[in-house]
Amino acid sequence: MSEILQYIFSGITNGGIYAIVAVGFSVVYSTTGVLNLAQGEFVMLGGMVAISLLNVVPLPVAVVAAVAIVTLCGCILEMLFFRHLRSHSILHLIIITIGLSIVIQEVALHVWDEKVRSLPYFTGDECSSIKLAGAAISPQVLWVLGAVAVVVVVLQVFLKYTLVGRAMRACSANPDAAMLAGINIRNMRTFAFAVSAAMGAIAGCVISPISMTQYDMGASLTIKGFAAAIVGGLGNPMAAVAGGLLVGLVEAFSVMSGLPAAYKDAAAFAILVLVLFVRPRGLFGTRDAGSVREC
Amino acid sequence: MHKSRTTLTVISLAAIVVVVQLLTHCAGKEYYLTQMIMAAYYSIVVLGLCLVMGYAGQISLGHAAFFAMGGYTSAILTTTSFSAAAGTGAGRILRGLGVFVERADLYGGQLVTVNPWAAFLMAMLLTAAVAFLIGYPALRLKGHYLAMATLGFGLIVYRIVLGSEFAGSSDGVTGVPEWRICPGLVLGGSTEYRVANYYLAWGVTLLVLVLLLNLVRSRVGRALRSIHDGELAANAMGINTARFKLQAFVFSAVLAAAAGCLLTHYNGGIGPSEAGAMKSIRYVALVAVGGMDNLLGGLVVSTVLTFLSLRGYFGTYDHAVFGVILIAIISLAPEGPLKPVAAWFKGFTVRKGG
Amino acid sequence: MALLDVQNVRHCFSGLLALDKVTFQVKEGQVKSIIGPNGAGKTTLFNIVSGIFPPSSGSIRFCGDSIAGLKPYQVARKGISRTFQNLSLFLRMTVLENVMVGRHIRTRQGFVSSALRLPGQIREEKAMREAAMVRLEELGLAAVADVPAGSLSFGQRRMVELARALATEPKLLLLDEPASGLNTREKEGLAGIIATIRSKNVTILLVEHDMSLVMDVSDEILVLHSGVPIAEGPPAEVRNNKDVVAVYLGGDFADASN
Repeated sequence: MSEILQYIFSGITNGGIYAIVAVGFSVVYSTTGVLNLAQGEFVMLGGMVAISLLNVVPLPVAVVAAVAIVTLCGCILEMLFFRHLRSHSILHLIIITIGLSIVIQEVALHVWDEKVRSLPYFTGDECSSIKLAGAAISPQVLWVLGAVAVVVVVLQVFLKYTLVGRAMRACSANPDAAMLAGINIRNMRTFAFAVSAAMGAIAGCVISPISMTQYDMGASLTIKGFAAAIVGGLGNPMAAVAGGLLVGLVEAFSVMSGLPAAYKDAAAFAILVLVLFVRPRGLFGTRDAGSVREC
Repeated sequence: MHKSRTTLTVISLAAIVVVVQLLTHCAGKEYYLTQMIMAAYYSIVVLGLCLVMGYAGQISLGHAAFFAMGGYTSAILTTTSFSAAAGTGAGRILRGLGVFVERADLYGGQLVTVNPWAAFLMAMLLTAAVAFLIGYPALRLKGHYLAMATLGFGLIVYRIVLGSEFAGSSDGVTGVPEWRICPGLVLGGSTEYRVANYYLAWGVTLLVLVLLLNLVRSRVGRALRSIHDGELAANAMGINTARFKLQAFVFSAVLAAAAGCLLTHYNGGIGPSEAGAMKSIRYVALVAVGGMDNLLGGLVVSTVLTFLSLRGYFGTYDHAVFGVILIAIISLAPEGPLKPVAAWFKGFTVRKGG
Repeated sequence: MALLDVQNVRHCFSGLLALDKVTFQVKEGQVKSIIGPNGAGKTTLFNIVSGIFPPSSGSIRFCGDSIAGLKPYQVARKGISRTFQNLSLFLRMTVLENVMVGRHIRTRQGFVSSALRLPGQIREEKAMREAAMVRLEELGLAAVADVPAGSLSFGQRRMVELARALATEPKLLLLDEPASGLNTREKEGLAGIIATIRSKNVTILLVEHDMSLVMDVSDEILVLHSGVPIAEGPPAEVRNNKDVVAVYLGGDFADASN
């Protein structure tokens, strides 16, 4: 029983990270219509930058500063590439994000080399463990779950109750009407990228002690995050969270049921492909933001 | 008229191929031929992808998986010993048919492997079947969903070959034997066959080019272009768009697999990176730079860039180069760089003429 | 037997009733028009007949075969061709190539024969080209055959779309607002073209707003209002139908009858 619990915790820990990436996708997609396939790179950058800053500042400062820097990167990226290219088709923009993710990866490789690094555990170390319902988990797991919960709650509150948040929702629901209402769409778009970059960076810092940080970790996170967003249903942040947890759990159970660990990643991708084929609007997707199927 | 255009193009290219070989011979740089051979086979993938992306207007971010499927199938079938299976009744029949062959392995033992011809055929069939199964549901998806589905598919194949023992895990498959095509022509990596292999590789590539040029200038090519320009109207004109898209997709997958088989025999092996997302994206970048629907442009660009990449001109920035190319082309000239260049020329001559 | 037999077609879009109790026939060799105020459901009806989506309920028979629910390409193969209100040319292909696409269902060459350029394929390709040129010449477009369709004027594009639809050799031609966007001279030309098409034994069903054109070319008119047929008959009858006049507030009809 405790073994199953162990797997479950592992599943929701990873699932939490996928959830954050998925929420990032969702926010950017809703506000701009673009699928940002460089999303996973924000996670990688968050961890990497924090690790480098650790040489000069204590951990909490490093984390906060890393998040700020990566958020800035997100803004710059949007302003450089997407502000002026809105006449391009969505597909073109997505391909550009793919190109960006490759370039970011390569830059990271040259700046930080291919070594695997990690932040130190936020509390305790790799030997500390907490007993929870019979399973032994690292305190870092609680940090991850806590971070995911906080991020999601703050986002929901922000979207529902603040002026800027409501403006973003207006943009996603009806860009033309939002524009007529005086909302600056271009700034909203930059803001959406900034928010998703920030979330990614937080995830990157918090997962670093457990899953390590490596220059090429972004790609598979992007795909799994996308899978999670699709499974939940694009455009709905809470559904993205559900999707993320689901993907994480499926991965964990696939290993538990005897699938060789090497295929673990393939399981997540298989879910993505399956969902796209069978139910593209996801579990909780309502009306599709632009239909998924051709005639 | 069309026939003479194609003939002229092909003859010119063939001439260039010969000239390049002679030049390398004279300059004593015959080892360049190895990279040219590899560039040729990779270009076949690009040509097929051109048909899918430039003509049918569908995006595939997982095409490297088909190349790898062809290569790995050939590699595994020609390096695994089937002595157990060969002993059975069915096995004996296959042996009689020439499907199984006996050969000596590196250590003097006896191996019963699959004949390269049979392995090639099986690789084609397997890839066609998988492409059909994936394409059938995937091509019904719109733009970015199709992109993600193909990317996901490519990653699945990559993970499978990377993680499976029968595929050699991260080391891939090595020891793939030479393939005796006909007396005097052996597909293998040894230097004594290099010039012959060069002509074989380029012969096959030019043949594929001719087939595709014929295809795009025909009823089928027009049907694909009409699907790209207006799928609804194409449907209204009686074109079964789903079937055409699928046919183009499967055809290009089989081409990629064929290239994979041939290159694997030449290299004597294959590794998991051939199936990776980086490769898939690289193919897309090459199609884009060549000018989406420009087969000749795709061939030239692909050959040049792949050659440079293989010779290490991009150093450690190899992947980054293709990433930057992709961003630059899609941002500035999504239909390919040649059209703005051609338009500039036109404007220039018109102005000059007054 | 009617060429096209529509019985009791009803269609809803997410709860909104777009068409109801739509029943009519189109006889072979006829020119029949569907008119009605904006939002009357005319284009929805066209989309259903041409297979873009199936009706919520009801039956549609063409030459006796049921076609409701068939995909657009299957409907086209049965012999129904159409033009689009907002034009749907293949803008990056030349005019001639556009019309040659119209010849697609009358030809057969596939992947293998095309890639290998077999003699049969070469012959068929030549025939397709010639047949397409004939269509273009009939509509006075031969001069622009090798021009990309995207660089033509609106009126010319309409003609190319018509040529393309005719190239499929349809039994029934659906024209979706063929006169919209045309100037007076072009509209007069259109009436002549419709008459010519009809003389070649192609049945025509058209949706149109321009009353003078409708009165001029139609054998029969069907009037839709809020998705429901309110009148059907020869022009003279429909023109004097009280319900129809009420729906149009007399404006259009007063002009057309002068």
